[in-house]
Amino acid sequence: MYTWIHKFGSPKHFYRIAGKVIPWTAAITVILFLYGLYGALITSPPDYQQGESARIMYIHVPAAWMSMFVYMILAVAGAIGLIWRIKIADVMAQASAPLGASFTVLALATGSLWGKPMWGTWWAWDARLTSELILLFLYLGYMGLTTAIEDKRTAARAGAILALVGVVNIPIIHYSVDWWNTLHQGATVTKFDKPSIHIDMLIPLLVMAVAFKLYYFTVVLVRARADVLFNERRSAWARDIVAKVKL
Amino acid sequence: MTPTRRRRMIMVVMLIVGIGIAVGLAVTAFQSNLLYFIDPSEVVQGKAPENRNFRLGGMVKEGSVQREQDGLTVRFDVTDYAESVTIQYTGILPDLFREGQGIIANGKLNTQGVFVASEVLAKHDEEYMPPEVAASMKKPVMNNPGLETKK
Repeated sequence: MYTWIHKFGSPKHFYRIAGKVIPWTAAITVILFLYGLYGALITSPPDYQQGESARIMYIHVPAAWMSMFVYMILAVAGAIGLIWRIKIADVMAQASAPLGASFTVLALATGSLWGKPMWGTWWAWDARLTSELILLFLYLGYMGLTTAIEDKRTAARAGAILALVGVVNIPIIHYSVDWWNTLHQGATVTKFDKPSIHIDMLIPLLVMAVAFKLYYFTVVLVRARADVLFNERRSAWARDIVAKVKL
Repeated sequence: MTPTRRRRMIMVVMLIVGIGIAVGLAVTAFQSNLLYFIDPSEVVQGKAPENRNFRLGGMVKEGSVQREQDGLTVRFDVTDYAESVTIQYTGILPDLFREGQGIIANGKLNTQGVFVASEVLAKHDEEYMPPEVAASMKKPVMNNPGLETKK
């Protein structure tokens, strides 16, 4: 087990294994997106209160979940990089950050578009919206910090500490709607009793959530693979790969 | 696990716990400032700020919505099922505004105890269902907070 982790953690094997995984996750992502979007836009019923506007949740909710999920990856990979000094963990964290930031922007933008007709405002400084905005700033701060420092190892370490400090925001985002009176509604799916959503809407939503997750894994592996090849550009195996590429 | 790694792990755990406690304390200290709105009960108990804008949240009471002659001014009561406060608002209401719906109004109390709102936002609940299902349930949920959704 331990040797397996070490093997996967070595850049050379990571590059090879990731290269094999990517086509599969990419294919499944496309299938799930097609199926999920068909369900979201065509077969699922409109909402009894919001009508057709509720359909934005099939993008908004998975994007918001992913914004938090990717941040947890950032923090966990950061901790692994700090403690065990595994290079792949640092690469994964830095490859994840722009994706997480994009999911956060997507969640905020779709929420805003929905908020104007439904709530009557584009933006409200309630606890849920504000903590999600802070999450975006954490991502941007992380990206700024890691790219501003020349030395790769120092950059990864500084970024990891920032990511770990910011992890306190994640439970705040999740529980903000329970802890305070917010304009944003409470949790629909991720609560302990039965989800308060009709099954015909829940299935496309969950399919979209899985599609978003696999999209993230595909893109993060592509990005991490490119980073690994660049970082290892002086090693023999990387030179071999580059030499084989016909220009 | 080597001693260096153990030391680094303890550092990471302490970092997270330390920040967690610090933020936890800060959030508890600012608890009331983090509330986006206050309830009608709190207004009736006199906890609402005077001569200053605040947000009032509650359910629009069934049968209380009245339109004035000018067609834009609306008067309605919001309730938290204990107390209720009358709101007066001139302007366009959001799509989700209706009787039995949760709303948040921004404004201040006048001398008659009427809340004059400059903005009315609709608060959506976390229920998502097709119109047919809602019709078959005859929406008992919206009117009775004590009534659980029974199929």
